[in-house]
Amino acid sequence: MSVLDSKVPKGPIKDKWTTYKDKINLVNPANKRNIDIIVVGTGLAGGSAAATLAEQGYNVKAFCYQDSPRRAHSIAAQGGINAAKNYMGDGDSNYRLFYDTVKGGDYRSREANVHRLAEVSGNIIDQCVAQGVPFARDYGGLLDNRSFGGVLVSRTFYAKGQTGQQLLLGAYSAMNRQIARGKIEMFNRHEMLDVVKVDGKARGIITRNLITGEIERHSAHAVVIATGGYGNVYFLSTNAMGSNATAAWKIHKKGAYFANPCFTQIHPTCIPRSGDYQSKLTLMSESLRNDGRIWVPANIDDAKAIQKGKLKPTEIAEENRDYYLERRYPAFGNLVPRDVASRAAKERCDEGYGVNATGEAVYLDFAAAIERYGKEQAKIHGHHDASKEKITELGEGVIEEKYGNLFQMYEKIVAENPYKTPMMIYPATHYTMGGVWVDYNLMTTVPGLYCIGEANFSDHGANRLGASALMQGLADGYFVLPYTIGDYLSDDIRTGKIPTNSPEFDAVEKEVTERINFFMNNKGTKSVDHFHKRLGKVMWNKVGMARNATHLNEAMAEIKAIREEFWKEVKVPGDANEMNLELEKAGRVADFLELGELFAKDALDRNESCGGHYREESVVTEGEQKGEALRNDEEFAYVSAWEYKGEPSDAVLHKEHLEFKDIELKQRSYK
Amino acid sequence: MNLTLKIWRQKGPDVKGKLVDYKVNDISEHMSFLEMMDVLNEQLVNSGDEPVAFDHDCREGICGMCSLYINGEAHGPDRAITTCQLHMRSFKDGDTIYIEPWRAAAFPVIKDLVVDRMAFERIQQAGGFVSVNTSGNTQDANSLPISKHAADEAMDAAACIGCGACVATCKNSSAMLFVGAKVSQYALLPQGQVEAADRVKNMVAQMDLEGFGNCTNTGACEIECPKGISLSNIARMNREYLSASLKG
Repeated sequence: MSVLDSKVPKGPIKDKWTTYKDKINLVNPANKRNIDIIVVGTGLAGGSAAATLAEQGYNVKAFCYQDSPRRAHSIAAQGGINAAKNYMGDGDSNYRLFYDTVKGGDYRSREANVHRLAEVSGNIIDQCVAQGVPFARDYGGLLDNRSFGGVLVSRTFYAKGQTGQQLLLGAYSAMNRQIARGKIEMFNRHEMLDVVKVDGKARGIITRNLITGEIERHSAHAVVIATGGYGNVYFLSTNAMGSNATAAWKIHKKGAYFANPCFTQIHPTCIPRSGDYQSKLTLMSESLRNDGRIWVPANIDDAKAIQKGKLKPTEIAEENRDYYLERRYPAFGNLVPRDVASRAAKERCDEGYGVNATGEAVYLDFAAAIERYGKEQAKIHGHHDASKEKITELGEGVIEEKYGNLFQMYEKIVAENPYKTPMMIYPATHYTMGGVWVDYNLMTTVPGLYCIGEANFSDHGANRLGASALMQGLADGYFVLPYTIGDYLSDDIRTGKIPTNSPEFDAVEKEVTERINFFMNNKGTKSVDHFHKRLGKVMWNKVGMARNATHLNEAMAEIKAIREEFWKEVKVPGDANEMNLELEKAGRVADFLELGELFAKDALDRNESCGGHYREESVVTEGEQKGEALRNDEEFAYVSAWEYKGEPSDAVLHKEHLEFKDIELKQRSYK
Repeated sequence: MNLTLKIWRQKGPDVKGKLVDYKVNDISEHMSFLEMMDVLNEQLVNSGDEPVAFDHDCREGICGMCSLYINGEAHGPDRAITTCQLHMRSFKDGDTIYIEPWRAAAFPVIKDLVVDRMAFERIQQAGGFVSVNTSGNTQDANSLPISKHAADEAMDAAACIGCGACVATCKNSSAMLFVGAKVSQYALLPQGQVEAADRVKNMVAQMDLEGFGNCTNTGACEIECPKGISLSNIARMNREYLSASLKG
């Protein structure tokens, strides 16, 4: 078994990044003009990387499947972005952000990467404000912060409930400036279908123009993959419909190791599923847990009545409600990390206490917050004898200011007014901590091939804290990759343009074309979605919030069977030489059908419970923590990096052992 | 519920399109409009026909990709939402629903209900940014206090998702609500002041070049805008434009 070289620099953790940056090779400005970089994906990571690399002088080619870079799914992030600014004076620091992120990730992330992330977090806020991102402010004109799950300070910057949108528009505006200057060549409605290696180095990609169907060759001195996570392997997730793993999976098949696929985040606060036609799930920002209290009926009879529509939540008296998070975790209450909150909801619903027709929902109640804020406002405005109605009105005003757009979104989907009746929520697949293995430079195991943002694995371990995805995407794109990539490219200043007429490009284009032709000519009988939904069911039922060896073995066999049937029976109508949405989906689902199996294999290998990965075989059996997840540091303090060997079940495991020199490993406790 | 759909089908940009009738049955009121379209497409694929092409992605009203003109209204009958947030409870059994693409000369049809919105991209490239490089050495974020009022107003303008409903719904196919929102975001913030004059002139020039119509203050755009972008942004853009022009 080979040892993966993470290339983490020596020295004290606080100095690693600074010292390293001071010593790595640079490319001089005149030479940058002769170097091309491909960036695939234009979310926060890809967009910020493309803009920054172009500002530095490289020639950037950027690709996205949407009709505009501004539509990448980073745009849907609601709650906020963390940064250790300590503007609130509550004792925050780089170290605390680092510590919280490592602890929140249940000690399965790479220490040095996380510390670097914390170090640049403050720069991100400075940069975004300079770009004109309209963060929320207080009456003194300074930036406002709020708190998020799993931490004890307020370090989250936000722009209403649209933080991801505003940060992405910031990166997009920086891209636009470079597109106008000709430093970024932007390819909208293009999908990367494979990577091209020349002499072992990543030197280009093959894309399909989604409007004309044309297969195109693009060359560069380095390729950056920033295509997000693989949550849609579950079919239903909070990801966008088009979010896919094709770029990440294709580079895996060409030599990039895939790390920790089983580390997937099931987000606790999503709008529950309403029927089999459901196409996606909508997230309600975790920030709602700051003010909302989560509960189910304490009595099973009340729960049954609610499920049948015979009882309303507002009719259940306070003493008959089970605020189970506050009961089980008095220290953190409703603000426990996402994985803990999700499993607790599942536990109650599995016991029959769910609160909608499907039995898969819990309440998120704002009545207490409305009353608390209402009383506060009444005092501020001098209403000493305010009536109950007045207090409610004032309180609802505060809630509207904080979460108005989320409440509106909920009401549009569910047709219930969350100011008057509690919201219903249930966990849904949201974020994938696993992804392509990268070293400290964010380079994959293929030279010249980089992977940033959610698509890589490095910073969140087994569980990501709220408001850290935006931070990592922008850190990678604005402040890490633009430095580390120079170290690699400094060897390429004499290489010259990479030709696209080489046998290597010929061969990969042929593979891509053959696969498209297969889909178009296959005389199957079932739609792409048919297979995707079946895969999703297996993933959710057997590789979901709670996993065991029996189910995982079954899942691997079932996914393989679905995959074999897919290749025989899939039907793709239309023409390959024009816009063809079914063809796009077919390619993506084919890759999910392989990734899903590796996912289950990884979950099977990791016989411990950590973060979002919960093995029923590994729980605390007695004492105060009984039933809680049990991590096993002796056997599993490593990153699983899988090497492709044909069938997903044949993938070979390489281990990067994780060392924690600056943090003591503890079992997480939020009690 | 059972519905009749009259959907615009057009094979490509240079091919003549037409409305085609389809039937869908057993549609639940809890489905989103696009889930109803999924049902139709599954039906079409299973019968060997080509599914209807339409743009969509996030399906939660924020990416701005979806763009349907439903019964003569951008994003359908409901207010303050995108097509993907529209639910079938807004319709009733036996309804006939007309589904068309955005209609504007500056947004040519690519296929069926999919249109080309590159004109919006080019307008943003003409000036929709603050020229600040990523250095890690910009001043501390709190060294520039901005009044809460200005920050909130800038946020309201920045909430635009760039879907193009304003253009589609305007009888002049004007893009002034879109451009006004972008100009306003920067005009309201101190960071935007340095380049304010050039920005508004360049963006308006590009907007005119793309073939969008002028504004005649009917206010349809504000009503159909899924994010409630206010007409006052157009007024602000006009003021900015006038003062930039007078400065020369």
